[in-house]
Amino acid sequence: MSDTILELADVSLAFKGITAIDGLSFAVRRGEICALIGPNGAGKSSLLNILNGVYRADSGSVTFEGERFGRIRPGSAARRGIGRTFQHAALFGPLSVIDNVLAGLARHSRTTLVEHAFGLPRDAAETRRFLQAAEEILAFLDLASYRDRIVSTLPYGIQKRVDLARALAARPKLLLLDEPMAGMNGEEKRAMGSFIEAARDTFGLTVVLIEHDIGVVMSLSDHVVVLDYGRKVGDGPPEAVRNDPVVIAAYLGKPH
Amino acid sequence: MSFFLETLAGGLLAGVMYALVAIGFVLIYKASGVFNYAQGAMVLCAALTFVTLTERDLPFWLAGLVTLAIMVTLAVAVERVLLRPLVNRSQMTLFMATLGLSYVIEGIAQLLMGASVHELDLGIPDLPVALGPIQLSRFDLVAAASAGALVIALSLFFERTRIGVALRAVADDPQAALSIGIRLPVLWATVWAVAGFVALVAGLLWGARQGVQFSLTFVVLKALPVLIIGGFTSIAGAIVGGLIVGAADALAEIYLGPLLGGSVSTWFAYLLAVAFLLVRPAGLFGERAIERV
Repeated sequence: MSDTILELADVSLAFKGITAIDGLSFAVRRGEICALIGPNGAGKSSLLNILNGVYRADSGSVTFEGERFGRIRPGSAARRGIGRTFQHAALFGPLSVIDNVLAGLARHSRTTLVEHAFGLPRDAAETRRFLQAAEEILAFLDLASYRDRIVSTLPYGIQKRVDLARALAARPKLLLLDEPMAGMNGEEKRAMGSFIEAARDTFGLTVVLIEHDIGVVMSLSDHVVVLDYGRKVGDGPPEAVRNDPVVIAAYLGKPH
Repeated sequence: MSFFLETLAGGLLAGVMYALVAIGFVLIYKASGVFNYAQGAMVLCAALTFVTLTERDLPFWLAGLVTLAIMVTLAVAVERVLLRPLVNRSQMTLFMATLGLSYVIEGIAQLLMGASVHELDLGIPDLPVALGPIQLSRFDLVAAASAGALVIALSLFFERTRIGVALRAVADDPQAALSIGIRLPVLWATVWAVAGFVALVAGLLWGARQGVQFSLTFVVLKALPVLIIGGFTSIAGAIVGGLIVGAADALAEIYLGPLLGGSVSTWFAYLLAVAFLLVRPAGLFGERAIERV
């Protein structure tokens, strides 16, 4: 296995002439937590949407696990092992927590529809296995007490964690997190940060996340990529990025 | 009193058959948020295919299997040709597509099998059966029992199994469902195939009752008030809605009919539906939309 899991080469994206991403190239090492930072409108979410196939890049290429593609569709991205969470927790609101996580396991189903319809032995075994896997993930993220609650009735912070649980259920190799800590207080952010680190260590994930809280970014990530107006203005370990004058001017603000 | 009970029971039995048609809509609505206008055409297509095959002296079970195979093929074709290119389009776009689809299905079915009226005899004698003080039609009882069994099987399948979970997930947020690897094409084809199977059963029961002919597509119109009363998203709602419409129709025809000069059952269900729209717009079992302002 190569050391690089994801590589972007000269990726550009424009919406009706407005450039969202402009000739972006960077690489993500296997097993690292890579943070994308930058002001609003810098193209961070657009970039995640390209990576899991919601948008199609106008030019450039993405290489994931040594396979290069110009366009990937969300379904096949999921099956190749790219999972994601959404900025505004796009959970299945009317479903219970456990059902949301079970839905995340869908891509691992190996039984046929007919077996499923009649509850044949192989399907029953798979159902038990899925349920056990889902329970394990709930326990891992400390969500067991919310197991049967309807998701839309839960507090926002818990919903974000359910979103993470659903994404982890699919056992992705690369996990894209769009502002996993948005709207949380300091304590919740620290908890979420340690869940993300634990998930990386336990499941051997690579994580690419978007986060605005610079304190969280510096303590959580191994690698920081700074975007501004769709261009890359910084790329490196957190300490190096924090002291880079170009990055400071673009994002962190000038010292007064 | 026994006359009242007889009318009520007859109405409830007819109501189960309305529910059967309504469930075809609920299935597809739950999976894609689309009111499938072509459901009536599918009922006609299934009944016409079945009756044409039996007239060619195929045994019932073989004709049933062949018709089912055709309905499943139709479902897969609809997913491929119609739904896949329109994924993530507005519900109105999809509705218009099913409107077009209904004319295509009707046209092709009648082109291949003709537009004449076929008689369909399922071998169930339409004799009265005495049940205590009331008499009921044996055909109605058998039809209601088979419709009821199908309805229960479907609700269990979609509420208890993982496909049911995936289905509800897709209905809630197709984009998120795709992103976690749920196979939308497989799911849609499945749902349309099941809707095709429901259309087949509905086509046989209604076809035996009123003859297999073009007007079978209009049983759809009976399903509409059922859906409004029961809610578009609930199989249980379709059953209860069907029973309410069936009973109300029958009772209104008998007790209001003479006062208003007859034909009450053609419009009474719609009046009821409008009343429900005013009081409970999402229906009895529908999911009420709660929006954050």
